[in-house]
Amino acid sequence: MMELICPAGTPAALKSAIDAGADAIYCGFADETNARNFPGLNFSRDELRKGIALAHGRGAKVLVAINTFPRASAVDIWHRAVDDAVSAGADALILADIGLMDYTARRHPNQRLHVSVQAAAANPDAIAFYAETFGAKRVVLPRVLSVPEIAEITRESACETEVFVFGGLCVMAEGRCSLSSYATGKSPNMQGVCSPPSHVTYEQTTDGTKSSLGGFAINRFAVSEPAGYPTLCKGRFSTAQGAGYIFEDPVSLDATTLLRGMRDAGVTALKIEGRQRGRAYVESVVRHFRHALASLESGTEADIASLKPFTEGQASTLGAYRKTWR
Amino acid sequence: MNDPSAASPGQLPTIPPLVAIAMRPLPLLPLQLVLTGVLQRIHRRNPALFDRLGAHARARFGIKPIDLPFAFVVGARPPRLSVVRELPAGLDARIAASLANLLALLEGRVDGDALMFSRELVIEGDVEAVLALRNAIDDAQLDLATELSSLFGPLGAPARRAFEAARGRVIGLPGQGESSR
Repeated sequence: MMELICPAGTPAALKSAIDAGADAIYCGFADETNARNFPGLNFSRDELRKGIALAHGRGAKVLVAINTFPRASAVDIWHRAVDDAVSAGADALILADIGLMDYTARRHPNQRLHVSVQAAAANPDAIAFYAETFGAKRVVLPRVLSVPEIAEITRESACETEVFVFGGLCVMAEGRCSLSSYATGKSPNMQGVCSPPSHVTYEQTTDGTKSSLGGFAINRFAVSEPAGYPTLCKGRFSTAQGAGYIFEDPVSLDATTLLRGMRDAGVTALKIEGRQRGRAYVESVVRHFRHALASLESGTEADIASLKPFTEGQASTLGAYRKTWR
Repeated sequence: MNDPSAASPGQLPTIPPLVAIAMRPLPLLPLQLVLTGVLQRIHRRNPALFDRLGAHARARFGIKPIDLPFAFVVGARPPRLSVVRELPAGLDARIAASLANLLALLEGRVDGDALMFSRELVIEGDVEAVLALRNAIDDAQLDLATELSSLFGPLGAPARRAFEAARGRVIGLPGQGESSR
């Protein structure tokens, strides 16, 4: 059966994920070394040690995301994160930066490495480089590939593959997107924050809500219109061709209906996005996919409740997994 | 198939307007004293909760249940809570939602982002402070029935059952005998 990899932004969410049936939980330290560096979120060193002990006691694994790109003047912060995660007993490190992979492979040669989606490894050659050079055992594939492409890549790769099945959807090449930087000076790649909340404002008007990022108005929602995250890629802009969502609608990925295709493609693990989400999200979404996987294995029809209430814009998409625009 | 302790967003009831009108003349001081006691107890039992607020530990939050005729001003460090008819100016952030959604958020039964997406949660002011507060509370795994009933000494057990029943009515979850998380 494919592994279910679940998000945890707090120790309580980690426990919720285990209770709901996670095979593995991914999390990060409360600093700029991971791509969900939001206020009040993430783990201290002590919390990680306790979380790993709890997970191992329940038969689950913990994968530690250290998936931002180190600043040249402060590489020590990232090296320390790697050392501390290894010392805490992490089952794998999820890394994006080549230099950090090199450091980890040399300093901790027995530590299992996964290639983060932030590395944007989207073809067999790139994946082979990480596997052969640093001994990476798994690659998290970018959300820009169709299911047949995932099957082909998995077939040609020595690495295990992991794919996202639910949650926030980046339309850009992950690890390469600088839209947030243009408006705020901060990005998920370097500071670990896309659209940092310190730069977000919501203004209530008689017409609804105006959301701004870095002082730029990026959307206006009518009073009862479903909303999305205040990211530039999901902003609504006026152009010569008209007004609307230029890059991407505010929707979430939901690949529940594609699980059979993922299994047949040889995918090893399914990942749920959302370390920034609450326990209620983690519990419900993890249970949903645990149930869907059990139904897939037993060959029965899954009685699957809709995850629509948890989706951005109250809508879901299969994204690039089912490309209809070609 | 969802966890029975998790409430689905978009499905929680609101206080009937007539009930809200009937509550208008009620004095606020008794409620303020009780809730201040609860906040201080939470502060004592969950010091890490306030660590997660980081630089926002001294922020003042205005919390407005949209279906009640009063609101709350809350500060974490030092723990302070006041009940007011209208939220004052000068707060760091304002959070508005139905009472049921606010209670469910406090206990981690609903997801804050989901409430934002469905427009059932409105935020103004310092979004970073609100996010830190939300994440801190979500990690604390608060149980309001337990916190409130602790103020009742030897009558704690029947008080807890009463609060669980009341919570069940407000949030729309099972009351007495509901599974604790």
